[in-house]
Amino acid sequence: MSVLGILRTTLAKDLRMEWRSKDAINSMLFFALLVVVIFSFSFDLTAEESRQIAGGLIWVALLFAAVVALNQTWARELRNQVLDAYRVSPAPAESLFLAKTIGNFLFVAVLELLMTPLFIVFYNLRSVGPVHQLVLASLLGNWALVVNGTFFGAISIRTRSREVLLPLILFPISIPALLAMVGATTSTLTGEGSAHLPLVFLGVYDVVFTLVGLFLFETVLQAE
Amino acid sequence: MTLTPDNPAVSLNDVSKLYGRFAALRMVTADFAPGRLYLILGENGAGKSTLLRVIAGLIEPSHGKLTILGSSDHKAVKAHLGYMAHASMLYDELSGRENLAYFANLYGIREHALCAQAIRTVGLDPTLERRVGQYSQGMRQRLSLARAILNDPRILLLDEPFSNVDVGSAKEMTRLLGSMRDSGKTIFLVTHQPALLEGFADESVYMSAGRVIERVDHRAPTLEAKR
Amino acid sequence: MRSKFAIFALFTLALLSWGLYQALVAAPTEATMGPVQRIFYYHVPNAWVMELCFPLNFLASIIYLVNRKPAVDAFAVATAEVGVVFCTVVLLTGPIWARPVWGIWWTWDARLTSTLVLWLIYIGYLMLRKLSTGGSNPVLAASFAIFGCLDAVFVFMAIRWFRTQHPQPVFGGGANSGIDPRMMHAFLINMLAFTCYGALLVWIRYTLERTRQKVDEAHAMKSLMHHEAGAK
Repeated sequence: MSVLGILRTTLAKDLRMEWRSKDAINSMLFFALLVVVIFSFSFDLTAEESRQIAGGLIWVALLFAAVVALNQTWARELRNQVLDAYRVSPAPAESLFLAKTIGNFLFVAVLELLMTPLFIVFYNLRSVGPVHQLVLASLLGNWALVVNGTFFGAISIRTRSREVLLPLILFPISIPALLAMVGATTSTLTGEGSAHLPLVFLGVYDVVFTLVGLFLFETVLQAE
Repeated sequence: MTLTPDNPAVSLNDVSKLYGRFAALRMVTADFAPGRLYLILGENGAGKSTLLRVIAGLIEPSHGKLTILGSSDHKAVKAHLGYMAHASMLYDELSGRENLAYFANLYGIREHALCAQAIRTVGLDPTLERRVGQYSQGMRQRLSLARAILNDPRILLLDEPFSNVDVGSAKEMTRLLGSMRDSGKTIFLVTHQPALLEGFADESVYMSAGRVIERVDHRAPTLEAKR
Repeated sequence: MRSKFAIFALFTLALLSWGLYQALVAAPTEATMGPVQRIFYYHVPNAWVMELCFPLNFLASIIYLVNRKPAVDAFAVATAEVGVVFCTVVLLTGPIWARPVWGIWWTWDARLTSTLVLWLIYIGYLMLRKLSTGGSNPVLAASFAIFGCLDAVFVFMAIRWFRTQHPQPVFGGGANSGIDPRMMHAFLINMLAFTCYGALLVWIRYTLERTRQKVDEAHAMKSLMHHEAGAK
């Protein structure tokens, strides 16, 4: 079967399993909610201040929540050594990588959809700039987080203390993406500065790291 | 390629596997002819599982050459291998049919009737909607075997398939393996219960400390003393 | 080999001592900054060595993934560890210098931030190497190093473009703008001394790792040859 065919079937399998167990989504949701609430009463902000820092807060919350999802989606493949069944088959490693990344992307997207209204309410947010830029920043930023997270997730499942190692190696790598996401979000919310450059930057970042991940994933998957 | 007794199904040449200072496999050189059922026996830590995992392609040998079905390119022959371990290698949250449908896709198998067929072959009901997580151990092992034979592999690698399996299921699985061997498959079976395969195994391969120390052919005209 | 190493080590020690003398005694005290400016003779050379080590690790990681030679991996480990050490020195000496001179411990400009991120990435690299099980350690670490170094480039660009509202103090202005020749002299000697010192440390660490690899290999080969009682 082709790379796309296996991608589709693996993604369908992952979504079906998530739908039944709701492991990742539940943990993410709860965690994100906690973060939003705690941040919200830690900082007592005016509307103007809110617009300045909301970008940063949202992305920090999403980063932590994404790590929760990433651990879950790979943990699923370790139970019963079911990942060995994939490795033994002739199915290409790239399909697994893309399927996991897209699955994680969808979970984080669901989280974004649920968290954004909360942020708007708690911080009385109103955007000065065009909303479609915020959506674009969300999509590109989301992909940036999950593409690296999925790759490093595959690395960290082979180590001890995997729940600790994943954020440890993911966070520094995500810093440029984080900066760009926050830059684009803040520019749009406050109406100051252009979101154009950060968005392009994010796009390039996404392309580069997706390609590198695709290239190296087979090596990482077949390592013992 | 057509296999004759002169063309082994699996051929190992000085294959070693090192983990730091520990040698799991030590310069194993052996040829395995096609269409036979090999029992791999030995104490814990002898390297039996490592041997199977090396043939399956899950472990890369540190030294030596491995030839499977006449080819040294492991990726090319993956479609002809079936592997089963003590762990079920199945998704607990999916049903039997859903599990097999997914794995069939990995091998490029579109006809899902084959999945139902494989499930029936191991004596399970393909219409069972129960999640695998709720299966008994015997059912789980049977389904795992169904997964391993899904792609009609020419070489079957089974690592302790009878652990914690009830005697009835074990006997049925053994009969099935015998008939698969008769149809030309090459089967490698690691087990601590060799008595179960009395009369079915063609050869017993004894391993110790990473080496093959003895091979006893059960079909040879003159009987050799067994260990 | 041993004598070459000894000679090089002695030479480096001599250079470092001379450099120390130059930095603390011979070079004149800087007019505006005072004695604290002397950190410059350590801060910049250490940064330079770090900027050599990390790209070398990047190259070694790529080469290792291609040819899987243990010697290449040993070099990767050596450059990563030495790089982290020198990077730590940079991150410590920078603020110590900046605070009395410019009044701030830290700023999020492109250079500082990328240095910090590189440090974090390579700490992650070292932790990954420490926590990996099985034989896959070098492969996983090498893959990570590739991501890490590519990322450092992005970090640098990101800060330059997205953080322009922060103050950007000019560092290292003293080095190139018509300074006292005695200062330049001290600076160059220390640059050479620390480059040699960095090379020496990498050499030592590489040899250590290579020896460890060879000992393991010898043990393994011995156990491969060893005949068990009763074996044919």
